[in-house]
Amino acid sequence: MKTICLYFEIHQNVHLKRYRFFEIGKDHYYFDDYENERGITETAERSYIPAIKTFIEMAKLYGKAFKVAFSISGCAIELLEQYAPEVIELLQELNDTGCAEFLAEPYSHGLSSLANEDVFRDEVARQAKKMKELFGKKPTVLRNSSLIYSDDIGGLVASMGYKGMIAEGAKHILGWKSPHFLYHCAQNPNLKLLLRDYKLSDDISLRFNDSSWSEYPLFADTYMDWIAQLPEEEKVINIFMELCALGIYQPLSSNILEFIKALPAVAKDRGITFATPSEIIAKSKSVAPIEVPYPMSWNDEERDTSCWLGNVMQREAFHKLYSVAERVLICKDRRITQDWDRIQASNNFRFMTTKNMGVGFYRGIYDSPYDAFTNYMNILGDFINRVNSLYPLDIENDELNALLTTIRNQADEITVKDAEIARLQARLSKFEPAEKEEEKKAPAKKAAPKKAAAPKKEAPAKKAAAPKKEAAAKKAPAKKAAAPKKK
Amino acid sequence: MKVLMFGWEYPPHVFGGLATANYGISQGLKAQGDIETLLCLPRPFGDEDRSAAKIIGMNCVPIAWRDVNYDYVQQRIGNIMSPDDYYRFRDHLYADFNYMHVNDLGCMEFAGGYPKNLTEEINNYSIIAGVVARTEQFDIIHAHDWLTYPAGIHAKQVSGRPLVIHVHATDFDRSRGNVNPTVYGIERNGMDNADCIMCVSELTRQTVINHYGQDPAKCFAMHNAVYPLAPELQEIVDQRLPYKDRKEKVITFLGRITMQKGPEYFIEAAKRVLERTQNVRFCFAGSGDMMNAMIDMAAAYGIADRCHFPGFMKGKQVFEIFRDSDVYVMPSVSEPFGISPLEAMQSGVPSIISKQSGCAEILDKCIKTDYWDIDAMADAMYSLCTNDSLHEYLQVEGKKEVDGITWEKVGERIRRLYDQCLARY
Repeated sequence: MKTICLYFEIHQNVHLKRYRFFEIGKDHYYFDDYENERGITETAERSYIPAIKTFIEMAKLYGKAFKVAFSISGCAIELLEQYAPEVIELLQELNDTGCAEFLAEPYSHGLSSLANEDVFRDEVARQAKKMKELFGKKPTVLRNSSLIYSDDIGGLVASMGYKGMIAEGAKHILGWKSPHFLYHCAQNPNLKLLLRDYKLSDDISLRFNDSSWSEYPLFADTYMDWIAQLPEEEKVINIFMELCALGIYQPLSSNILEFIKALPAVAKDRGITFATPSEIIAKSKSVAPIEVPYPMSWNDEERDTSCWLGNVMQREAFHKLYSVAERVLICKDRRITQDWDRIQASNNFRFMTTKNMGVGFYRGIYDSPYDAFTNYMNILGDFINRVNSLYPLDIENDELNALLTTIRNQADEITVKDAEIARLQARLSKFEPAEKEEEKKAPAKKAAPKKAAAPKKEAPAKKAAAPKKEAAAKKAPAKKAAAPKKK
Repeated sequence: MKVLMFGWEYPPHVFGGLATANYGISQGLKAQGDIETLLCLPRPFGDEDRSAAKIIGMNCVPIAWRDVNYDYVQQRIGNIMSPDDYYRFRDHLYADFNYMHVNDLGCMEFAGGYPKNLTEEINNYSIIAGVVARTEQFDIIHAHDWLTYPAGIHAKQVSGRPLVIHVHATDFDRSRGNVNPTVYGIERNGMDNADCIMCVSELTRQTVINHYGQDPAKCFAMHNAVYPLAPELQEIVDQRLPYKDRKEKVITFLGRITMQKGPEYFIEAAKRVLERTQNVRFCFAGSGDMMNAMIDMAAAYGIADRCHFPGFMKGKQVFEIFRDSDVYVMPSVSEPFGISPLEAMQSGVPSIISKQSGCAEILDKCIKTDYWDIDAMADAMYSLCTNDSLHEYLQVEGKKEVDGITWEKVGERIRRLYDQCLARY
C-alpha cells in the first residue's frame, strides 16, 4: 500500500526597503511596510485562504483519509498575524480536524544551518515554541529552509531531538536510488529522512497550468495512476511544494484546487493513503542511510546552495551577517532579535544571485544583483553598528558571555535571597508582632549576615557581586516595610 | 566583396570616439576574410595602420586637371597614396572645379578634425567622393556619421550601389534636444537615402526611428566593441597597486565635461559620498565647456579638496588614470554608445554607467543607474569603495565580459547586414 505525504511551505519574505548608505546610523527601520502588506494580503487572498479552505473541506469530506503537513516560517507568522490573521485562524481550524501536522523550521527561513549551530538551535526552538502556542503540539519533524540538508545538518537536527527531517530527492545524491522509501541520516540513524519526489511535485507546482506541457491538462486520476503504477515496493511518495503554488504559480482559474480536492478520492480507489511525515516515520522502516557531504536544497536545477552563496558578494554578506551571530544571541533587545530574523531570510541572498535565472526571475525592488547587494550591505552595516554599540567591542564574546552569565546568575540568587529574607521577616514578625521599633532595626540586622555570607558562596565574582548585594539588601527592607502594613 | 567606406578620423590621430570605432569596424571586416575595404579619409597623416583597409586621402584626390609629372606627385603625396592612384583619379574628373580653392595638384586641402568651417569641408568631401566613386569598383557604400553622409549619397547616385550609413551619434544626443537645423538636415537626408542604417545602440536606433522618421525595418542596432589592450597599455594597467596598498579610493569621471556627459550629477553624488567617508577622491579627467562651472560647484559644496581636475587625457594617459582608479563613473544624460566604460572594465576598473547610455544594453557586469538618480549613484560608489567583494566581483567578471565583446563579432554582424542589403537591392 502506497502512502502520499503532502507538505506545503508557508513563507513570505519581509521585504527590505530602499536603504541608502547615508541613512546608516540615522534610520534603524529596514522594512518596506507597503510592499509587505500588499504582498502578504495578495498571497493570502489569492492562494493561502482558498487553499486552506479547500483542505478544511477535504478534511471534513474524507476524515482521517486525508492528511497534510505544513511548515510556517516565523517571519511569515509575524506577517500573517499583522496583516492576514484569518489565515492563522483557518490553519487552526484545519488543525482541529486532526488532518494536519505542523513541522518545525528555522524561524527566519535563513541559512543559519550552514553558518552557526547555536543560531540554528535557537531559531528552531523559537519556531517550535510558536507552533506549540498556535497549534498545541510540539513538532517532531523538522524541515530546513528550502530543504537545505547535509550530513552535518542531519546530525545537528538529530541531536536536537527531532525524529525526522524532510529533504530534497536530488538526483545527484540519490543516483540509482528511488525517493519513494524512508531513509535515514548517515550520521545518526535515529533521524529519518523523507525525500521529495521532484517530478511529481513539480508536475503540480510548476507545470500544472502549462499548456505546452505534453501532459496538459492533468487530471487527478491520471496523476494518481502514475503513482499507482510505481513499483510495488516503493511505498512513500513525498509531494512537497510551496503553498503559493496553489493559486499563484498555478492560478486558481486553472482549477488546481479542484484537482487537489479530487486526490483523496481517486487515491482511495487505487488503495493509496495519505499520511503526515511523523506518521510515516512511526510506521515505516528506514531502508538505508543517505550520504550528503555537501548541502543540497530544492532550489534551481543544481539543487544546491549556489543561488544563495554562489558568488563572492553573497558570501561576503553571509559571513558579515553571521559574524555578529554570537553577540545577537547574547542580546535580549527585542527589536534587534526581530531585525536579525528578518535580515537572515534566504530570500535576501537570492536577490543577489548572478546566476542566469531566466527572464521571469523576481528580484523585488532591485534591478540588479549589485543593487540588491548594496542595499543589503547598507542595512547590515547599520545593524552591525547597533549590535556592536550594545556591548563594548574590545570585550571578547566568550568573556562577555561569561560576564553576562554571572550577572544573570547573581540576579537569580538575589531573587532567591529576597524570598528567604521575606520568609525570615515573616517569621520574625510572628515572634515580635507588636514591637514596631524592633522591626525597623531588623532589616539592618538581616542584611548584615547576608553580606558576610555572600563572599563564601561566590568567591570568583566577589567584586561584581558585592554592590549588587547591597542594592538587594536595600530593596529588601522596603519590601518588609510593605509586608506588615498589609497585615 | 568590396566596400567603399567614408570615414572622418582614424587612429592614431584621434579627435573623438569615431576614430576608434572606425578602426575597429575595418579590422572586424578584414577578419571576415573576403572583404576588401577602401577607406576615404579627409586628411590622413600617412602613419595610419593600413593593414585593415586601403586608405584614400581625400586631400590627394584631384578634382581639377593638372599636368604634373610622376616624381612631383610622388614627392608631394607619396607618403599617403601612390601616384598611380592619383592618375587613375585624374582620369575620372566629372566637372570643372577650378573655381574652388584647389592647389597645384588640383586637390583640395582639409584642415582635419572638427574645424570652424566644418560644413564647407563636408561639402568638399562629397565633391571629391564623386571622383572616387567614378574611379573605383565596389559593391556597397558605408558612411560613418553625418559628416560623410553627403559623400555617401553622392557615391550612391554615381554608382548605383546600396548605401549603408553608420550612426555613431545624432544631434539629439549632442544637444539634449536643441538640435542644429543644418546638422539635422544633413543627418535626415543621409538616413532618407540610406538602404540600411546601423546604429551603435538600441537607444540611438529609437532616436533614428522616432526623431528622424525612419522605417524601423531598415534600422539595426550594431553595438561597438573594444580591442584587447595593446601590450604597452596592458603594462601600464598592470602597475595597479595591490588592493591593500591603496589607502585612498579614487572615483573617476572621464570624458568631455559637457552637458551631454552629466558631470553635475557626478558632483552631486560625490558630495553625498564625502558626507559619509573621507577616504575617497574624485577625479574629473577631461575638459569642456562646463569645466569651470564644475570647479565652482565643487567649491560651493566644500569638496574641492577632494575633487581633482587634471584636464584632457589622451592615449596612454587614459590608462594611467584607469590604473589609479577604483571606480569609473559615466553619468551621461544621453550616450549613443560610450566606449570608455568598456576600456575601464578592460583595465580592471568596475564601472557605474547611466541607463541612458548605449553600452548599458550590452554590459551586465557593471552597475547601472539612471543619470538623474544621484542617490543610487552615490550608493553604488560607496558600496564599491567599502564592499571588497562587490569590487572584486565586478573587476574580475567585468573584464571577462568585455573580453568577449570583440570587433570580429561586430564585423560578422555587419557582414550579414551587407549580404541582406545586397540581396534586397
